Amino acid sequence: MPQALAMFRRLDRYIVPVLILAGWEAFSRSGALPAALLPAPSTVAWAWADWVFGTDGNTQTYSGHWLFDMLASLSRVLAGFAIATALAVSVGVAIGWSRTVEVIIEPTLQTLRPIPPVSWIPLAIIWFGIANKPAIFLVFLGAFFPILLNTIHGVKTCDRNLIRAGAMVGGGNRQLLRFIVLPAALPSIFAGLRIGIGSAWMLTVTAEMVAVKSGLGYVLWDSYYFLRYDLVLAAMASIGLLGFLSDFGIRLVMARVLHWQRNTTIQSGEI
Amino acid sequence: MATIEISGVSKVFKDAKRKADVTALDDINIKVEKNQFLCLLGPSGCGKSTLLNMIAGFEKPSSGTVTVDGQLITAPGSERGVVFQQANLMPWLPVWENVGFHLLLRGGQKAVRRETAQRYIDMVGLTGFENHYPSELSGGMNQRVGIARALLMNPQVILMDEPFGALDEQTRMDMQNELVRIWQEHQGTIVFVTHGIDEALTLGTHVAVMSARPGLIREIIPLDLPRPRDITSPQFNEIKRHVLDLLRSERTKPSLETLDHP
Repeated sequence: MPQALAMFRRLDRYIVPVLILAGWEAFSRSGALPAALLPAPSTVAWAWADWVFGTDGNTQTYSGHWLFDMLASLSRVLAGFAIATALAVSVGVAIGWSRTVEVIIEPTLQTLRPIPPVSWIPLAIIWFGIANKPAIFLVFLGAFFPILLNTIHGVKTCDRNLIRAGAMVGGGNRQLLRFIVLPAALPSIFAGLRIGIGSAWMLTVTAEMVAVKSGLGYVLWDSYYFLRYDLVLAAMASIGLLGFLSDFGIRLVMARVLHWQRNTTIQSGEI
Repeated sequence: MATIEISGVSKVFKDAKRKADVTALDDINIKVEKNQFLCLLGPSGCGKSTLLNMIAGFEKPSSGTVTVDGQLITAPGSERGVVFQQANLMPWLPVWENVGFHLLLRGGQKAVRRETAQRYIDMVGLTGFENHYPSELSGGMNQRVGIARALLMNPQVILMDEPFGALDEQTRMDMQNELVRIWQEHQGTIVFVTHGIDEALTLGTHVAVMSARPGLIREIIPLDLPRPRDITSPQFNEIKRHVLDLLRSERTKPSLETLDHP
């Protein structure tokens, strides 16, 4: 019995995806919908395989082109996300730490925040043209605000007693910021980064549907025009997979940087 | 010149919501000489922590002055080490980095910081726990880290705000003995806030008994009991009785104020 339990523990994470795929496959094959409208997972996998490896050329011009499309999207995500992180963390720390900075720029930022990043597309196109830049700009807008708000929150909730302890050992304003406030805010900042990377993928795909002629989002939209719904689904799955992997990457860094947090939180059943 | 001089210090907290000012401390005058161990003893709300925070530089008096070695106190500084009620350690740093936090801020070399921190870790009896994180230690051990952090700066004055308040009786007695040992070996001036009569009489060379609302010094009692102090000896109990009388006479004084603000 313990063996069976150990087996279950190892496989538990695959149960839900496998059930969904199996149900979907059965539904598609049942003929309740025309096969062209909801391709079965096996059909999608077939198209995806050709897109990635160029197996039989069923995706025509996209055959074997996946790596190129993926890298196009990924580079936009990384560029926009990096700019957003650098700017949001520094502005967030300044707002959280200084009342003056907060009064001067926070109202403006809070007014800009509710404007959906997508609504910047027309301006982004006339400013930057049809290429990488408008997409990077959109990614930046999407990732900036979650990182900013979480950074501000992290700085503001830093324990006052820790700052007192730092002042007691002779720390000036700058050192308190560098050695106490920033490390104390890191858990919040990482929460912001994880939300931000999700927004970054959403916006890069949106931008590629409208303002760029390459990347996973472009393939998705183009396949829609050619009624290749299997490829549409393969593109969706690719985006999901890359989003998952980039979040996983952030979690790996987080586990290293915040290793001191281990054992300070509990899960259900551990009490 | 006394090491710490508190002259004519008052502290009034403005309560804007209730439009009533609260006098936390009223005309406090204390001189602490070098190498004295002064315990501030009083009930909660008597302003003893506020007084300590003013010596530390965290709070400013409404009137009067606090000087340490003739220097007027306006801000915290590393010549005054503080040990807090809660250890207040950086949870992201291991024990040795917390002990050497002063050196980390100054930007010394890692090997040097490590070596210096080790001396103080050994002094407070935490050898072997250098690389543990605060969350992995007990409350008493964390408090030792806090003490080592303050000692490492080699401060002229050490200020302690009920540092053993959250510890169990057994651990508290061990820590008291340890503190007296460290103080005897290394000398230094200590101001120690507590509401425990036994604790104050066990540790101090002097006890300042305070009363509440407004915070006043009732009496400063010099203690010349031999160490280690026996809390069951007749001399100890004689002083304890006197202190209890001081604290009790305050309690019997009925006050509308205390009834209004429970």
